[in-house]
Amino acid sequence: MSSVRVLVGTRKGAFILNSDGKRKDWTVNGPFFAGWEIYHLKGSTVDPNRLYASQSSSWSGQVVQRSDDGGATWNPVGNQFAYAGVPGTHQWYDGTPHPWEFKRVWHMEPSLTDPDTVYAGVEDAALFKSADGGATWEELKGLREHGTGPQWQPGAGGMCLHTVILDPSNAKRMYIAISAAGAFRTDDGGETWKPINKGLVSQYIPDPAAEVGHCVHHVAMHKARPDVLFMQKHWDVMRSDNAGDSWHEVSGNLPTDFGFVIDVHAHEPETVFVVPIKSDAEHFVPDGKLRVFRSKTGGNEWEALEKGLPQKDCYVNVLRDAMAVDSLDECGVYFGTSGGQVYASADAGDNWSPLVRDLPGVLSVEVQTLK
Amino acid sequence: MTNGGEGASSAMVRVMLPQHLRTLAKMEGAEVSLEVASPVTARRVLDALEARYPMLAGTIREHGTGKRRAFMRIFACEEDWSHQSPDAVLPETVASGKEPLLILGAISGG
Repeated sequence: MSSVRVLVGTRKGAFILNSDGKRKDWTVNGPFFAGWEIYHLKGSTVDPNRLYASQSSSWSGQVVQRSDDGGATWNPVGNQFAYAGVPGTHQWYDGTPHPWEFKRVWHMEPSLTDPDTVYAGVEDAALFKSADGGATWEELKGLREHGTGPQWQPGAGGMCLHTVILDPSNAKRMYIAISAAGAFRTDDGGETWKPINKGLVSQYIPDPAAEVGHCVHHVAMHKARPDVLFMQKHWDVMRSDNAGDSWHEVSGNLPTDFGFVIDVHAHEPETVFVVPIKSDAEHFVPDGKLRVFRSKTGGNEWEALEKGLPQKDCYVNVLRDAMAVDSLDECGVYFGTSGGQVYASADAGDNWSPLVRDLPGVLSVEVQTLK
Repeated sequence: MTNGGEGASSAMVRVMLPQHLRTLAKMEGAEVSLEVASPVTARRVLDALEARYPMLAGTIREHGTGKRRAFMRIFACEEDWSHQSPDAVLPETVASGKEPLLILGAISGG
């Protein structure tokens, strides 16, 4: 029988939630790495027992942990993230040049073909790759050096490379996103990159349609249709039908199109989930109601999903890496909140229930569907 | 204050680490004893510590520059040695193992 493993990164440790394929009864294991910020942990699709976790703190910096037994035990691996060459400068908040400085790993993305190969998206924005199970890391410098790097600026949360998407149909193609630079694509395995932000409009930057400078919050893809991308920008929900070459807005009837998470149904490439957040000044759900919005038409037409979610006095946020789906026949959807709840739906969003209510603030949620 | 360790080839130095780093290094007990070449300095103690526990590299000192991380502090004999040169010779009581060298996380954050 299938089972599901939910990997939860929080501000004070990691937790692993397990259930069988019915997804009714859950066990909560953890905290792992108690007291540390766990920005992200994710498992390999090739070897589901191989997990990578980003562990960090303001005191002791960055640690990368690896498990080879599905999270039962962990061992620290390499934590040296050295920018290639002389890293130069990006723009600081006030527009002045600021040296590139490594701060932390925001996102771990295991290879789709090799459990020992994993990518790390880091702050200050850069993409690193390990081909030895995390022991050593090498920057894919073509991204940072492709030309627009000196124009990149940090978003409010830092200048972070937070999204890494590998194209399952093309081993050479990869997408990344940076706050607040935008989205980028490589078609040659990471050697060269280009900005893919045409169609994004951000009123808060000097040139609203600039090539770079957009605060992209997250990007999602359905593996069966890798040229179609969905984006939650700072404001605006966007869609691309040509691998990011151009984007158009699909915010439609959302109550607010500010938000962080976006994800796609495991079996329906036109079914998309977002969690609207009130505004960039008020990072919580509008009207005190926690609602997931689902579009079954690839955007524009959205329905509120609220059964089982708090509908009064709720003021949580859902961060960019804190939503994921399983691939069971009836797609499960999972998300975690800044208030420490992890909610799940075993019927593609129609009904929700909390898997656990009182964790530290949730930074990330990933799901493994195990056979 | 007398500085110690001159003339001896090595010394056993006790080091006390914050809980987070002890957990990361999978240490049992609150402190570790390290053989450190004389004269005993903070740099040599940390070199010996990272040689024994490679996972601590980068957590007390930055990779590359070797600078003490901003929120990590070093105390010897109830004195803050954080701003001393890493090559300053540590007090005899630390070099001889009578007192531990304390590595602390600064009291900050939430």
